[in-house]
Amino acid sequence: MSFARRFFASPPAIFGFAVFLAIVAIALAAPLLFARGPLSIVDMPLLPPGSPGLLAGSDVIGRDMAVGLAYGARISLLVGIASTCCAVGIGVLLGAIAGYYGGWLDDLLMRVTEFFQIIPSFVLLMVLVAFLQPSLGSAVIGIALITWPQVARVVRGQFLSLRSREFVEAARIIGMGDARIIFTQILPNALPPIVVVSSMMVGNAILTESALSFLGLGDPNLMSWGSMIGGSRVAMWVAWWTTVLPGLCIVITVLALNFIGDGLNDALNPRRRG
Amino acid sequence: MKFSYIAGRLVKTVLITVAVVLLSFFLIRAAPGDAATVMAGQTGFADEAYMKGLRAEYGLDQPLPVQLWRYVSRVAQGDLGTSYVRRQPVADIILERLPNTLLLDAFALLVAAAGGIWLGSVAARRPGSAGDSAVTVLAMLFYAVPQFWLGMMMVLVFAVWFHLLPPFGIETMGADYTGLARLGDVAQHIILPGMTLALFFLASYARLTRTAMIDVADQDFVKTARAKGLTERQVARRHILRNALIPLVTYAGLQASLLVGGSVLVENVFSWPGIGTLAFQAVQSRDNPLLLGIFIVTAILVSLFNLITDIAYSIADPRVELGR
Repeated sequence: MSFARRFFASPPAIFGFAVFLAIVAIALAAPLLFARGPLSIVDMPLLPPGSPGLLAGSDVIGRDMAVGLAYGARISLLVGIASTCCAVGIGVLLGAIAGYYGGWLDDLLMRVTEFFQIIPSFVLLMVLVAFLQPSLGSAVIGIALITWPQVARVVRGQFLSLRSREFVEAARIIGMGDARIIFTQILPNALPPIVVVSSMMVGNAILTESALSFLGLGDPNLMSWGSMIGGSRVAMWVAWWTTVLPGLCIVITVLALNFIGDGLNDALNPRRRG
Repeated sequence: MKFSYIAGRLVKTVLITVAVVLLSFFLIRAAPGDAATVMAGQTGFADEAYMKGLRAEYGLDQPLPVQLWRYVSRVAQGDLGTSYVRRQPVADIILERLPNTLLLDAFALLVAAAGGIWLGSVAARRPGSAGDSAVTVLAMLFYAVPQFWLGMMMVLVFAVWFHLLPPFGIETMGADYTGLARLGDVAQHIILPGMTLALFFLASYARLTRTAMIDVADQDFVKTARAKGLTERQVARRHILRNALIPLVTYAGLQASLLVGGSVLVENVFSWPGIGTLAFQAVQSRDNPLLLGIFIVTAILVSLFNLITDIAYSIADPRVELGR
């Protein structure tokens, strides 16, 4: 069975994929769907969902919640995907070098990844973002810096087990250089677990980004789901929708991504089911 | 043998601490502007002479290695610098708040461990049953829910709608309870933040216990126990669960860093007066030394907790590899 057919054989994976596509579509179409930006004030504050012209109600200062939610999807997806790409880039490079060459390089990398496993990485992230000044870029860099060791460990493990296989020996005998062996021979064979780990990381990065924005460490000029929740704390007692709706958006997005990750895991490792 | 393992782990803990301090120094250097510009910015006047005075006072005019050495030796003596905003030693501010955070985290850890082990063993008894699927679905859900939002939903349901529990703080303000009354008051206040923090870990402990118990149930010594004629209950409790719990100890250590990160957020939702709310205040007031101090203290605490769980693991499981 082909990979795609195995992936779409699982209902949660189909659901996750469909929801993810819908969220991407909303994120991309946000400027077309709404005439005004997410920061403009359109009506009285704290109008409930379903008020005339306000599908999702209005927030503490009278901004349209629906616009905020649509634009928030852009931030979540952007930060989630960009930080994961950076983390995968660093993790693959360092993990490949460590696993392929072994020796002290490997020891050093393993110590570094252990260090990142042990220290409270969210507190480190707060420090990083606060020191770099809160912005979209610092969130991406910060999240990538605390998550790359996960990728590096997986890649290193794969390279360690693949480097002494016959096809690698063969490549070496015909005179391929190390870099070519690493990127054209071993890496393609090491991809499945890397893909699974990365798909799980996007969801986690979205959760982390929302936590940063909730604490006021997001970009102050952008509307994100986390900052919507953080900004609505004062209104929680009188206007549930201001906190409930952005939170549901986060849950649905992350759940969809985790379903995709599970589906990829099953489709790429048919033997490791159950 | 065991002694050398523990000694090795001690060395590792010290190395992690040193790395944390070096990283902190690097972060201070990497941040735009130094302490002098920040303080000058706060006082409002910044002529060259004043800045120079400040830099000399804080040793910022010294060469880098000298600054590094001074920083490391200061931290080694428990001096984490002075808060820009409160003008108090950072270590004192943190120590004052730390017990509250430890209380919250310990409560959450206990609830998560007890609840997770219980749910996990229920799920493992009949793999594939409705109860088993419920645990899996619940775990999946908790992996996708932002902890701070879960906390707000708890407030919404249990405090705003049903008025069952106090939503904010560690005790009733101005009530001045003492003794048992105070204990009861704090216990009421800890339920919502503690449960919020615990639920995520409870779900993952349940999953881990379930997997470990199903793994252990297949092993020969379990068959032997059954063959001896022990009841299913005795086998599950004495043979399977006990052995399945061993990996949970290591897992608790590995998750301690997540617990601390989670408690920063949860404390802020519930205005719990611990170092999480302190970290938020530090961010708000751009109090970098305080924020960094919190990072150093939490990192050291988590690595100590890992040391303890590793030692506990080596005692609980005599097969533990003594290599590293």
